[in-house]
Amino acid sequence: MAPNDSAETTGEATSTVVGRRKAARYIVPVAVAGVAAATIGLVPALASTGDPDLPKISAQQLIENIAASDAEQLSGTFKISTDLGLPLDGIAGSLVPDGEGKDAGAAAPQDKLMELTSGTHTLRVAADGPERQKLSILGDASEYSLIHNQGEVWAYDSKSDEVYHAEAPEGRDAGELAEKAPKDRKGASATPKDFAEQALAAAGDTTSVTVDGTARVAGRDAYQLLIKPKQSGSTIGSVRIAVDAETGVPLKFTLSAASGGKAVVDAGFTKVDFSRPAASTFAFTPPKGAKVTEADELETGKDERGAVQEALPGQLAELDGFEGFNVIGEGWTSIAEIRTPGGTGLPKAGSGEMPAEAQGFLDALGDKVTGKFGSGTVFKTRLVNALMTDDGSVYVGAVTKDALVRAADAAAK
Amino acid sequence: MSQAETAPQAGTVHTRGPVDQHDPARPRNPLWTLGLLRSEITTMLRRHRTFALLGVLAAVPVLIGIAVRIETGGGGGGSGGPDGGAGPAFLAQVTNNGLFLVFAALAATLPVFLPMAVGVVAGDAVAGEASSGTLRYLLVAPAGRTRLLLVKYASVLAFCLVATLVVAASALAVGALLFPVGEVTTISGTRISFGEGLVRAALTALVVAVSLTGFAALGLFVSTLTGSGIGAMAATVGLLITVQILDSIPQLSGVHPYLFSHYWISFADVLREPVHWDDLIKNFQLQGLYVTVFCSAAWARFTAKDITA
Repeated sequence: MAPNDSAETTGEATSTVVGRRKAARYIVPVAVAGVAAATIGLVPALASTGDPDLPKISAQQLIENIAASDAEQLSGTFKISTDLGLPLDGIAGSLVPDGEGKDAGAAAPQDKLMELTSGTHTLRVAADGPERQKLSILGDASEYSLIHNQGEVWAYDSKSDEVYHAEAPEGRDAGELAEKAPKDRKGASATPKDFAEQALAAAGDTTSVTVDGTARVAGRDAYQLLIKPKQSGSTIGSVRIAVDAETGVPLKFTLSAASGGKAVVDAGFTKVDFSRPAASTFAFTPPKGAKVTEADELETGKDERGAVQEALPGQLAELDGFEGFNVIGEGWTSIAEIRTPGGTGLPKAGSGEMPAEAQGFLDALGDKVTGKFGSGTVFKTRLVNALMTDDGSVYVGAVTKDALVRAADAAAK
Repeated sequence: MSQAETAPQAGTVHTRGPVDQHDPARPRNPLWTLGLLRSEITTMLRRHRTFALLGVLAAVPVLIGIAVRIETGGGGGGSGGPDGGAGPAFLAQVTNNGLFLVFAALAATLPVFLPMAVGVVAGDAVAGEASSGTLRYLLVAPAGRTRLLLVKYASVLAFCLVATLVVAASALAVGALLFPVGEVTTISGTRISFGEGLVRAALTALVVAVSLTGFAALGLFVSTLTGSGIGAMAATVGLLITVQILDSIPQLSGVHPYLFSHYWISFADVLREPVHWDDLIKNFQLQGLYVTVFCSAAWARFTAKDITA
């Protein structure tokens, strides 16, 4: 078929030439897509190269800088991703808000902060001295804000349009903690130098603290403080803290597992600004008609739940008595040992104490291990492992499976 | 049009010359493109189908408004019912501030209704002309295929904007009628005046309209592939549904950032204080990428296509 574009029908152009010319046009969209793909691939690679050149400093000087930091005004965007490697991913995040959220008022802070323990979240932080702070968790088309403004603590959940209000001195939230921190520092009357020395001394033989190069975090030059366990057997590979070279404010915190892979906790600023945030940032009046839950009301409302909560540990206490609790080892490889007198440990299959499905479920979550202590089940996450022996002892620690078995063996002797 | 009008813009005329494959000797009035665009837009807007689509879109906020009103039994009745927080975004705030109906309605229509309407119009843009046999008459006029395609895309973009504004305007009217209006509490918890709230609402509508441009370009490309208007519309809407499904499968998170609908919900970031631009910018970049890739693909196809009808 001849194309009916006048320009192309005039000549005696063969169909192959026309076809080639037609095909050539498709180069444009393909090229655009290619360039875009290359840009997307290359830009992060280019951006991450070129660590800043900063004068070398020692770990002690860096810790001094952190302690001496007096940046009280800042605002920024913060990103936190957590991958604890729980057997069922997101179990913590999904169970907590639903169960507790309803009667406690959806805006109560404890539940929301629990959500941060799994997945990736974007936060906004703003601070202006010890009297004013704001923390917002950005959600899809919603936001959860926690505001501390001169003695008042407000929490606002835009998704449910609910408000939580408390007086700061009674609160146990970010605002108060931040208020306390500087006082403690003054109370101890420690100069930053003392503090750094003490911190390094406390780290002692179990930990190596070094300055590991520099990095750019949130567009600022930063030193990287690398903290590593010296002992073997820990599941923690390293802790890396990027410290702003100019102000001494920690900008990024990365906790890696010894087994490698994605960081377990990766929290850092993606944008930071050390100027004073606008006063309006911290002003909050509950929106007209929004449901406001007062912290005091919540306490009384909690009584019913409290009764259940009190009864439950009571029963649990009866069950295992909590007689023996001791810590084995020191530093990074310390293991908590919980012994139950004459306990039965995990219900055995076929003993009729547990439905077969539940037994199968538990078995699927843990690995069977045997040793001098007998046999038991190891429950693993990326950071914390637990060994539950069949005779009812529990060993928990941020250590490898082998270290748990060794500890159990040693205890069995 | 007189020669006097064309004279100052002679330069533009020359640059357009090589693009259009027709007699270069005759200077063309640049206003002619606008004329073509104007006629294209009026034809599009006057169609009964367009009225029906816009009518459905305008009805959505009315339905939401009435439902929320009945549910809460009169304004100021606390939060959005026993399970406040469920359902579309911003629903909980609607009872206390009618302006939020604009955001709720946009959030409710953006995933399906709006893109479906755009898909119908974009998918029909070229294929509809081809199937009704009018495409060849459009090309007989000395417009050039590139220009015709641009005008078609511009009229689809105009529909994106009109459709979004219809939803927003209808929501604003219903919201003001059924619920109290006043100072707006942003989702960050800070307060802004009603006037600034209106500005944010307009900005949100614009962002939503821009969010649809990438999908509109995709629809235009599909439209140049076939001579069947119905086929092009069905394929475009089918692509929309496929992409929405892909976007909701967590195991495919690797491809999510490249799906045109992935950052649509970012329009809500306009309501944060200060506005959180990160995802909005990503959305704009992604839409820009879709527009360039699929408009150039549509151009490659349409300018090389045999027009048989």
